[in-house]
Parts: sequence; structure tokens; C-alpha cells
Amino acid sequence: MKTLAQHISEISPARAFRPVAVFVPWVVCVLLALAVHFVSPLLVNEYWESVLQRMGVFIVAAVSLNIVNGFTGQFSMGHAGFMAIGGYIGAGVTYYGSLILHGSVGDPNFAVQGTLLMLAGLVAGACTAAGAGYLVGLPSLRLRGDYLAIVTLGFGEIIRVLLELTPKQVSDAAAVKASPIVSFFGFNGATGFAGTPAYANLFWIWLFVAITCVIAYRMKTSSSGRAFLSIREDEIAARAMGVDLTKYKVRAFVLAAFFGGVAGALYSHTGVNPSPTDAGFQRSFDIIIMVVLGGLGSVSGSVLAAMILVLMPELLRDLQQYRLVLYALLLIVMMLVRPKGLFGVKEIWDLSRGDRKQPVGKGGTP
Amino acid sequence: MDEFFQILIATVAVGSLYALIALGYTLVYGVLKFINFAHSDVFVLGAWTSFTVSVVVLNKIADPSGVTPWWVVVVAFLSAVTVCGVVGYCIERFAYRPLRKAPRLNVLITAIGVSLLLQNVGQITGPAVARGPEKTSIKDGQTVTQAGDPLATVPFGASPKSMPKLIENVVLNESVMQSGNLAGGAMRGTVVFDKPVTFSEGRQYRLDVTRTVANADGTTRVVVEKLNLDAEPGTFEPGTEIRTTPRRTAAELQGSTYELIRSPRVPIGLIEVIIVVVSLSLMVGLQLLIFRTKLGSAMRALSHNIETAALMGVNTNFVISFTFVLGAVLAASAAFLYPMKYPGLNQTAHGIWVLLGLKAFVAAVVGGIGNVRGAVLGGFLIAAIELFGGWAYAPLKDVYVFALLIAVLLYRPNGLLGRAVTEKV
Amino acid sequence: MLEVRDLSVSYGAIRALHGVSLRVERGEIVTLIGSNGAGKTTTLRAISGLVKAQAGTIAYEGQSIAKLAAHEIVKLGMSHAPEGRGIFPLMTVEENLELGAYIRHDHSEIAKDREMALTLFPRVRERLKQVAGTLSGGEQQMVAIARALMARPKLLLLDEPSLGLAPQIVQTIFKIIRDINQRGTTILLVEQNAHMALQIAHRAYVLETGAIAMEGDAKELAKSDEVRKAYLGVA
Repeated sequence: MKTLAQHISEISPARAFRPVAVFVPWVVCVLLALAVHFVSPLLVNEYWESVLQRMGVFIVAAVSLNIVNGFTGQFSMGHAGFMAIGGYIGAGVTYYGSLILHGSVGDPNFAVQGTLLMLAGLVAGACTAAGAGYLVGLPSLRLRGDYLAIVTLGFGEIIRVLLELTPKQVSDAAAVKASPIVSFFGFNGATGFAGTPAYANLFWIWLFVAITCVIAYRMKTSSSGRAFLSIREDEIAARAMGVDLTKYKVRAFVLAAFFGGVAGALYSHTGVNPSPTDAGFQRSFDIIIMVVLGGLGSVSGSVLAAMILVLMPELLRDLQQYRLVLYALLLIVMMLVRPKGLFGVKEIWDLSRGDRKQPVGKGGTP
Repeated sequence: MDEFFQILIATVAVGSLYALIALGYTLVYGVLKFINFAHSDVFVLGAWTSFTVSVVVLNKIADPSGVTPWWVVVVAFLSAVTVCGVVGYCIERFAYRPLRKAPRLNVLITAIGVSLLLQNVGQITGPAVARGPEKTSIKDGQTVTQAGDPLATVPFGASPKSMPKLIENVVLNESVMQSGNLAGGAMRGTVVFDKPVTFSEGRQYRLDVTRTVANADGTTRVVVEKLNLDAEPGTFEPGTEIRTTPRRTAAELQGSTYELIRSPRVPIGLIEVIIVVVSLSLMVGLQLLIFRTKLGSAMRALSHNIETAALMGVNTNFVISFTFVLGAVLAASAAFLYPMKYPGLNQTAHGIWVLLGLKAFVAAVVGGIGNVRGAVLGGFLIAAIELFGGWAYAPLKDVYVFALLIAVLLYRPNGLLGRAVTEKV
Repeated sequence: MLEVRDLSVSYGAIRALHGVSLRVERGEIVTLIGSNGAGKTTTLRAISGLVKAQAGTIAYEGQSIAKLAAHEIVKLGMSHAPEGRGIFPLMTVEENLELGAYIRHDHSEIAKDREMALTLFPRVRERLKQVAGTLSGGEQQMVAIARALMARPKLLLLDEPSLGLAPQIVQTIFKIIRDINQRGTTILLVEQNAHMALQIAHRAYVLETGAIAMEGDAKELAKSDEVRKAYLGVA
């Protein structure tokens, strides 16, 4: 696999201005994150800040799932499994890292180092999730559609069961220092892993939202993206045009899992304790609904759908009992009347340009 | 070894339930080539329907003897079958039929939607259809009557329930060791036999006692009691005292007749037998339907090519609806039998249900989806792996099932009995 | 017997047929010839109800059938042996034939028709117990026609019976088609092999890009320059 930097240089729209153009989107990402971080506290209270945090996490989750489900058309139903892997590893690194380095968890004096630990945990969690994505991606070569859906669903369940079997959480710094590796897997079984400090503030979450969206969108419009879309449209034709199915399917899974892991790791640093049920199908379904409603293949669609679906229960508090019924109906009705989701494979800004088709290449490999 | 056979019996019972559910997946896959994700939820609906109906009926007849009339069983079964059949029909008619020519992914998503819909509608707590006895209390000198606690609601709600016992799970293969009269004695909680008794190591014994009791008004009635014996192994001469639970004085037992019953090493329950017999007859019936009737050949023709079947004069919409209803009815039958063995009912979206449906689906895939015999084979195989795997190391029993699924799909993607399908280019 | 007027069919945005009109009289063999993609199969599929017509009328024995479902049309006495034979490969030849008589309940008459079909196709009789998918292409085509006959059709629609078959088998099959016609079954034959089709047909229509380009007596069409050039490969 190519490195991220190679990808970016390859897919940059303005190669002549490469040195500048490469950095522009990332600067924009940071600016956007800073804006959210500093502006939102002026507008909303703490409760709504936590809603904004959750919204960010689910945007990352939905956009990443879109890479495999939307772009590549490989229907994964185990995305929560990747999220949970990222979440647990991330939380573990921060929690046990704090215990080893500082002797206690959540000390305000340790916040800067803690945040660095979170970022390290985020990378570790995302990479572990990506490794799992590689393993799950392999069967996708032989399985299509429904079968793959079931295998990935099974994957999520296996992760859940394995998490339930983890040993008790260790909260004693001395014990952790004595046997750090053994302690690290102390994820506290079915009760869930508690006590991870909430280092993921709005800035970090929305920074990753922006990064994920930029990478996903660039991915989509790159030659890899065209390969993904060609696999989704017609696997056999894609293969006939020279698209290496193995490479691209696995790549889609790895990327999706990586950012799924990022989402999970961020989530476990917002004060929400990761628990084994986070890996279960219910969470996976939640994310699938976002992707489908937004449009399979539409990055901005996923963002919008994730926003709507995180906000909706907040606005419909009284209808809590009916919320999931409503989601299910929404999904069915959407498939019956607008089977491509809100935006289909297009982006929000494509709509104003009329019916111009997305440049879906006939499977171009680099 | 005893445990092995006990698990084997459970495997046969659970396996036939899995097989019944798996058949629904396979039938629908056979005609429409897609996985009906909502099938497991139809199964759950069946379990809850038979629960609700049984509770309502038992509450209405309120027989103090606690004996369930046989027809309650029939009513519960028929209502589960009817409700599931109707819901199965509606799912096909309103959710899947409009998408008959849509891409498979859309159908898959719709199926997930239908599944979520059934789960979440079932979780809403609706109005009570059966209530416990009214509660009265005295408040400020006035008698206040409160409605009883709801026993069952429609929709079912999120609180777990327990299936009422419709059929007593009689152990069929227990043996009467001896019978006779109980002799007198004095100590509490003891029983004295009139003949020598031999108890052997590691077995359980029970005493069915029949005695006459005098009522206060001078009449008498006959009481039958089942007492457990805490017996040490060895031979006991007449007159030896043996403890019982619940405790009964020898005076109480004086003059009673008894049957000393030895529990079998591997008990076979009536309910297990019912499950296996009903399931197997349904499977045989299905096999006959598919391979011996005109409708069955229409189903097989349809599974190959819907258009060509239509050209033969087959009413394809009817046959597809029929197949859905058939699958739903099989699921409902399994759903009626399942809580007899495992009476705990969880909320409809509970992980246990979803896993159960998934395992049945795995059974269908492992056997070769679209293949009726494969579904049956897969059902027993999955049950065996789950139960014997759980015997070896219980926490991983769900993992074994999915590991098997992945292994089968990777090495024999069409399942054990499935046929290779080559995709046309 | 069959009258199609101004038939138009679209697949999504693509118009496959624009205003096809044709007529089949009782007792005839009428052939519809044309090149690949001209719309021959679509015409046949519209007549037997597999695709819905956007515009136009289809009347069979005076009754409009454009709105009927495929299985209802079969009951009116029209049988369609589809393109690519469409046999059920996992069922035996016998079961395939039984399915042909799916709409009928007169067991003694079915047995007679089965006998007749097997007399027409002795090769099929030899293969009765065999699984249909294991038969050769020519045998499968025979099964497909025999199966269509089991419905005792008044009008038989045949879609490219020569497709992918060796010339000798094509000869045999066309001879049998003529036999079937002589026993009183009207036939609408769609063919790319114009040479063979025009030999056995009474009348013919030439379909080009979704519309009728020529029509007339089969023998005369076979002599016309345009048909000879375009479809018979004669300069």
C-alpha cells in the first residue's frame, strides 16, 4: 500500500501548485476545528457541546463506513466492531499510560501529556482496527452482498464476545507497572471500561471530522476512488478493465476500519465508557442507517445524515420510544421512494450543477 | 459420558429448532435470491405471540387447579402461526415486492429496515391485554381498588417475561424401582420403606407418594406428592430412615402407598420429544410439498428463473407470497416450541434473539442456502458445535458458530450441500 | 388470431420498440426476423406479458391482453418458448414437461399431449429421466419446445430456436416446427437465421431498430433484394 502522502500527492487536483495545494486543505481542517472549538461554547451550553462531540464522532464513523459500503459497494455490517477496537485500545493507552507515567488518571496537571497519550492511543487504536479491517477484508474477495454482510455482522459479534471475556480493570498503578502488558488487556469484561479522562474536546473531534472528510472525498475523486466505484457498479467489468479487486477491496476495508477506529478512540475520550455492546450490531445498524440515508457514496450526504440522526433524538426526546421505529420506517421508505439515499453518489454541491453525472471511470488503475 | 448424551439430546432438540428457522431463510433465498433479514424477527414475533396468547387465555379461564387445558396449547400455536403468516405476507407484499427488480443492495437494506421495524415496534410497551388480580388498599378510610399489574401487553414492551408452562416436561425414560406401603416411624423428614431398597452412586431418586387426607368436614381426599430422596448409596433394610425434601414426618406418611422412581442418567423430556417430532414432521411435510406437489415444482421452477416459470403459467406473485408465508409459519412453529424449552422471553431487540436468528441463518448458509436438506443438516451441525463447543469452553460458544461460518464460506462458499453457481459475465 | 398495434416498449430511458404492428392469422407460421438488438425478443416478451407495453394494443382472439400477467396469458392458450431455451436445469426432463402442463388439470389429455410431444421429439423420450441441465443444446431446445406444447397452445411463440445449434440440428428442429404447425398450432417465430425462418414461414416481418421495416409473404421477402443483402448474406 502507498503511504498517505503518496496518495495525496497523486490525487491532488492542482499538481502544478503541489507544494501549496497539499497543505491548503489541512490548514482549512485545523481552522475549522478551531472555529468549532471556540465558537460553539459561545452559542450553546455544555449539554449541547456533548451532543456536538457525539455528532462529530458519528460523522467520522459514517464517512469511514461509506468508504467500504458506499464507494466500494461491499456491505459491511460490523463497523461497530472496528469502532470498539479503536475505542478500547485508545482508552487503554490513555488510562494505563497515565497510570504508568503519572501514577494516577485524570489529574489536571497531566492534561497536556494526557492529550498526547490520547493521540498515541488514537493512532494505536486506529492501526489495530485497520489490521482487523485487513483480516475482515480478505473474505470479501470471495463473498458478495448478503454473505459478506453476515460475516461482518459475525465479526462484530465476535469482537463483542471477546471483549466480554477480558479480565478486570486494574486501577492500581503499582500493579500496572509490575506487569504492564497483562494489565493492558484488563478491559473489565461485560461491565465496560471506566475512568478514561475526557481529553477529546471539540477541537480534536472536529479536527478529525475534517481530516476524515477531506481524505474520504479525495479518495473518492482519485483513481483509487474510481476503482472503488467501478467495483461497486460491476465487479466483473471492473476486473475486466484491469482493476485489482483484491487490492482495492482490502484497501477499502483497511481505510474504513482505520477511521472507524479513530471514531471509536475519540468516542471513548468523551466521557463515555466503552462497553462490549458497543461492538454489537445495534451500533453498526445506527451507522449503516446514516450512510444509507445520506447516500451510498456521498461524503457530504453521510455528514448530513449523521448530523440529522444525532440531532433527531435530542429534538424528539418525548418520542424516545418511537425513535427507532421511526428510523426503521425511514430506511424502508427511503429504499422504496429514493433508493439512492438523499444524495446518491453525488455530493451536496453537485446538486446545484444539475444532473451532471459523477465522473465514474470505467475502472482506471493508476 | 452421561453429560455427552445429555448434550446430544439437547443438540437434537435445539438443532431441529434451528433447522426450522433455517428453512425459512433457505426457502426465501431459493425463490428470490436474497436473505430475508427480517426472518429472525418473525421468529421472535412468534414466540411473543404464543406467550401473549397463552397468558391471556390462562388469565381468562383462571383454572385454580393450575392444570393447563390441552386446547390452550393449540390456540397458542395457531395464533403464533397465523400472526407470523400474516406478517410474513405483508413484509413481502409491501416491502420486498416493489423492489423485485431493484439492485440487491437495496433489497438487503430494506430487509434490515424491516427487521429493525419489527424489533422496535415489539419493544414499545402497549396497553395491557391481561392483568393480574386487582389490588385493594385502604386509604383515608376508603377502599381504593387498583388495576392489577399488566401480565402481557401488545406490543410486548421491553421487560423480560417468562412463558407459562403449557405442557409439563415429564421425564419419559424414568423407571419405577419398586412400590409398596410406607411403614411408620417417628422422626421428622424421614420415610421408612416396607422392603429393602438399594440406592446406587450418582443417581437421583424420587418418591411419588399417594395418600388419603381427612378434610375438616369429615370427607377425605387423595393427595399425590413428589418427594426427593437424599439417599446415600447402599442397601437399606426395611425400617431404615431416609430423609426427604420437602420434609414429611413418618406419621404423615403412615399408610401411604409409594412408587420409588430412579431418575435416568440421561433424562429425555416430553418437551424435547415434542420439539423433535413436530419439527421432523414439518420438515418431512415440507420435503413432500416441494418435491411431490405441483406447487412445489412451481417453487423449484421459480427458484431457477422467475420469468420462465411465469411462462409456464405459474402465478409467480402467488408462489412467492406462499413461500414467504410458509417460511414464516415454520419460524412460528419453532417460535412456539422454543419457549417451551427455554421459557425466558427477552425484549424483541435483545441480543439473544438476534443471535438465535443469526445462528439459524448460519445454519442455512453452512448447509448451502437454497437447499432444503442443507438447512436441516446445517441446523443440527450448528447446534452440535454450539452445545458441544460450549461444553468445552462456554464463553466462546457464539464464536465457534461464526468461525464455522467463515471457514465454510471460505472453503466451500456454496455450503456443504449447495451447488456451485457460476456468475454470468 | 393475434393483432399487435403500435406497440412501444422502453427499458428505463431506452426505447426498445416504437410502434410495432403485426398480425398472426390462425394456422400460419409468421416469422419476425431482424438483426441483433432490433427488438424481436422484446416484441415477443411484450406479447406474452413479461414486459409491459408503454403504448399500443395487443389483442389475442379479440381480447386485449396488454394488461394481463404472463401466467394469465398462458391460460388463454398462448405458449412461449423463451430465448436461450429457459429449461429448468436441475429438474428432470420429465419434470420440465410436467411444468409445461402446469395450468392444466385434465390428466388423460395431458398424457396424450405428452405422447404427441414425445413422438415429435424422440430424442426427448430417450432423455426423460435425465436432469435437463446435462442435455446438449439441441436436446435442450427440443425440451423447451416440447414443454411449450404441453400447455396445448393455440399460438406458439418461439424465440430463436436455432440459437447456438449445429446446422444439422437446426434443420431437424425447423422440420419439427413445420410439423407442429401442420397439426394445427399457429406459430410466431422469432429468428435471426432468416434463411431458415423464411423457408418454413408463410408470412414474415422484418424488424429494424424497434420498428417494422418490411412485411409480406415469406417467399417473396426471401427474394427481395434488401432482405437478401441484409439478412441472407447474398450480394
